[in-house]
Amino acid sequence: MTFKIAASPHAHQRRTTTQVMRWVYLAVIPGILVHSYFFGLGIFLQLLLALLTAWICEAAVMRVRGRSVASAWQDHTAIVTAVLLAISIPSLAPWWIIVIGTAFAILVVKHVYGGVGQNLFNPAMAGYVLLLVSFPVQMTSWPIPQQLAQLQLSLADTWQLISSGYSQAGYSLEQLRSGIDGVTMATPLDSLRTDLSHQLTTAEALQKPIFGSFAGVGWGYLNLAFLLGGLVLIYQRIISWHIPAGVLLGLTVPATLLWLFNPDQSISPWLHLMSGATMLGAFFIATDPVTAATSNKGRFIFGLIIGALVMVIRTWGGYPDAVAFAVLLANMAVPVIDKYSQPLAYGHGGRT
Amino acid sequence: MSMLTAIIVLGVLALVFGLILGFAAVRFKVESDPIVDQIDAILPQTQCGQCGYPGCRPYAEAIANGDAINKCPPGGEATIKQLAELMGVEPQPLDAAHGTEDVKKVAVIREDECIGCTKCIQACPVDAILGAAKQMHTVIAHECTGCDLCVEPCPVDCIDMVPVPVRPENWQWNLEQIPVTVVESAK
Amino acid sequence: MSAINISAIEAGQLWSFHGGIHPPERKQLSNQTPIQTLPLSKTFVVPVKQHSGNSGEILVAVGDDVRAGQPLTQPGLQRGLPVHAPTSGTVLAIDEQPIAHPSGLTDLTITLAADGQDAWYPTTPCPDYQQLSRAELLERIQAAGIAGLGGAGFPSAQKLALQRPLEYLIINGVECEPYITADDRLMREHAAEIISGTEILMQVSGCNKALIAIEENKPEAIAIFTQLLSERAATASRIALRQVPVKYPSGGEKQLIEILTGRQVPSRGLPIDVGLLMHNVGTAFAIHQAIVLGIPLIQRVVTVTGEQVDKPGNYWVRLGTPVADLLAYAGFHETTGKAAQRVIMGGPMMGFALANLQVPVVKITNCLLLPSTTELAPAQQEMNCIRCGACADVCPAQLLPQQLQWLAKAKDYDGLEQQNLFDCIECGACAYVCPSEIPLVHYYRKAKAEIRNIAREKAKAEIARERFEARQERLEREKQERLERHRQAAEARKAAQAEAVAAGADNPQDAVQAAIARAKARKAAQAAAAAKANDSAEGESS
Repeated sequence: MTFKIAASPHAHQRRTTTQVMRWVYLAVIPGILVHSYFFGLGIFLQLLLALLTAWICEAAVMRVRGRSVASAWQDHTAIVTAVLLAISIPSLAPWWIIVIGTAFAILVVKHVYGGVGQNLFNPAMAGYVLLLVSFPVQMTSWPIPQQLAQLQLSLADTWQLISSGYSQAGYSLEQLRSGIDGVTMATPLDSLRTDLSHQLTTAEALQKPIFGSFAGVGWGYLNLAFLLGGLVLIYQRIISWHIPAGVLLGLTVPATLLWLFNPDQSISPWLHLMSGATMLGAFFIATDPVTAATSNKGRFIFGLIIGALVMVIRTWGGYPDAVAFAVLLANMAVPVIDKYSQPLAYGHGGRT
Repeated sequence: MSMLTAIIVLGVLALVFGLILGFAAVRFKVESDPIVDQIDAILPQTQCGQCGYPGCRPYAEAIANGDAINKCPPGGEATIKQLAELMGVEPQPLDAAHGTEDVKKVAVIREDECIGCTKCIQACPVDAILGAAKQMHTVIAHECTGCDLCVEPCPVDCIDMVPVPVRPENWQWNLEQIPVTVVESAK
Repeated sequence: MSAINISAIEAGQLWSFHGGIHPPERKQLSNQTPIQTLPLSKTFVVPVKQHSGNSGEILVAVGDDVRAGQPLTQPGLQRGLPVHAPTSGTVLAIDEQPIAHPSGLTDLTITLAADGQDAWYPTTPCPDYQQLSRAELLERIQAAGIAGLGGAGFPSAQKLALQRPLEYLIINGVECEPYITADDRLMREHAAEIISGTEILMQVSGCNKALIAIEENKPEAIAIFTQLLSERAATASRIALRQVPVKYPSGGEKQLIEILTGRQVPSRGLPIDVGLLMHNVGTAFAIHQAIVLGIPLIQRVVTVTGEQVDKPGNYWVRLGTPVADLLAYAGFHETTGKAAQRVIMGGPMMGFALANLQVPVVKITNCLLLPSTTELAPAQQEMNCIRCGACADVCPAQLLPQQLQWLAKAKDYDGLEQQNLFDCIECGACAYVCPSEIPLVHYYRKAKAEIRNIAREKAKAEIARERFEARQERLEREKQERLERHRQAAEARKAAQAEAVAAGADNPQDAVQAAIARAKARKAAQAAAAAKANDSAEGESS
């Protein structure tokens, strides 16, 4: 008989990268369901397009690198990228938006840097920012929540809209985005920043129907759903609590201070937390291990930076939401954070 | 006139700064190994002469004077990389004209064939061969640098260069190279 | 180091260390039955070096008859640790044989053919060891060939020989690695001897307080020690028992020190730097045997476990017994055609796979593990690091394993040393949790070996340079001396001539001329004689 040589340790915890990634995309399912409840079935078509693009890109890269095409899905990281990007973009955006974004994320942001584990920037967010900067109109055209919309869309309508820009009845996206009163509706954050810039107070701005009763129609529940998924990930020890806690603290503390001093001109911390991509960003995007800091202390600082940047950009920046920019900026700071948050090794003076 | 003023002012300034620089050079002189010592420290000290110089130190001097850094086969890639870093040049592949990188070897004299001519003793750059005229010679294995210089002079060809054996103490954890015994069951 | 936390230690406070993991323990497999004695093998292969350090000088020759416990090597010039004959018999060979080492390489061994008598070499028991001096005790511990039985195999006498102030002697009965139960069974069955050995160790080291640490998953051993210590009031005041929470690697020397005392051993330092000394329970037992009974270290407890053996359990095994004999007794059947079997010497976290079952059991062999592929699945294909940081979370040395991994792959040896690679204890926790199944420890071991190799080469190059320079200097000196000699000889000649001229002798130049003239005259005379002879010869013939 033959004997097998292997390096120790011979025991191994059976949690593979694949499983970690699977948990991540399973945990966004509540968010996706809430999303489809408020914003229609578009999200499913976007997911489909994103996954298809991601698979083609991965397979092509594997081919070029001389590996088997089958290994494209092996570690499931591409799935996570595709899912996160599909959730982030407006669900009725034209089909080429998600295709371009996903292809850019996979090909340029991930593989040009050397593939899994080598990329500096979060692929989904880099793809998102590319889209936002290149196609601002499409990327800010969020559908209004179905509950406030004049017209309800069927799956076929949604498909028509995404593929051609018009529903079966011939309505354009712009027309569909009108509320019951016939005025085009923006997202809560977008609407609020526009109104604030029009010299309205926060209280006045919040009178619009989009805000509803709970942090904006749809958006509040969406954030709650992502929070739920995120807590599952923490419970399952897929992510550590340090990054989400950092993000939420970094966002809430300065926002609260500002709000206490100037409640008329600022966004309340509650709205900060429950609107936009806050929870998605804190639990699913900032926690991408490849581009985050590595030590627990570093992760917390990384989270704080993202939270603070989100708050700063939302308040004073040119874009309504800021998670993508904040994450990319914090990604750049990671080497410095890592350098200065390195834990003291055993026997180097921590305890004597 | 203004032209003259400018020239004088600039001249004086140049003089002043020159003096400051000169003073600084003396006052804050950095005590460091001369470059030849630093190069010599990187070279593997086999003293084999494959670079074309009679020993590592002369080659170090030659590098300091601008010779190529890729003439040392015993040092191989690692040495070239370190030299390139020190000299601030691009690493080059090993110059094949001077030999190729090989496993570390050590000289062994087949002692019953040795005639005691002392030629190898004279050739050895590190005095690693023991013996006297008409007496058998032997290599002090742990002092031998594997330079090969003793092989050529031996009139009876009784010196072999054998690879340094791998011992458990210096094993490099190459698990893939372990020969696995295949035991056929008796039953 | 200070006495600041002595009162906390005395009160039984426990600290904890960073990281650690909880792999399935699977100790039930082998700790249910008493330790059995393995029947003697027919041949024994005794490596002359079974510990970390130098080997001794061989005392026997091929054909010699030896008895059990007879020293086969002596410390000699290199102050090596001796090895002893495991049983009586004849020395068959002294040659290179495969040894129990991860490399599967050979080393010098003494092969013994057992005669089955198991006749003993005379022993020198000493029950009243309190009378012996420290030096005598150390001498006996060294002569009994005792090396740390916990795993590292450092000669115990050398560890004890350091004379520094000590606060605590720690007896390590934690045995945190999964599957292994050798210390567990030893503690259950030989607690009194272990306590006796602890007392000897305290006398030798001059330390009057000892802590025996046992992991909480060994309630039987804890109960026995609690009972024994309570029965002996005098002992109990000096020796205290500590129950350590279950976590791997609590049994690591540095980790256990942090758990018990809250102190950290300085990097590249020794426990003695913080006033502590640690020995394994097996070592304490061996020291009791060596001092009180005079029996050298020729056997140890080995756990044989894993689902591929029929009779998992613990065995008293003579050192030098081929692994194949032990496995056959424990019910492992070599089969052909099946998938490759892993035979792991040591535990699942730090043990190494054997390439050959003829290798012998040695002083540091605590376990043989034969897992089925379902209980310990073979390593999967390594994937890319995703920087998840799980490794850093579990690293008991608080290193950054993934950072080390990048550096090791890039062969950045300076960077590795900056990141404290040499503080890595190779416990395997990082590789255990790695979701990408990167064999992290393997990378570190390779890098460590390479760094040590580079240091060795560097030292050797330095010596070669010195020798080369010394030779150049010598050649130069000899050349100068030769020139000097020539110059002096020439001068001496000149001086002699001048002296001769001054003394009124012939001018040497004249003497030369005279000699040349004499030679010419002689040649001319010879030529004339020859011509004359020719003429007469011609005359006769005509």
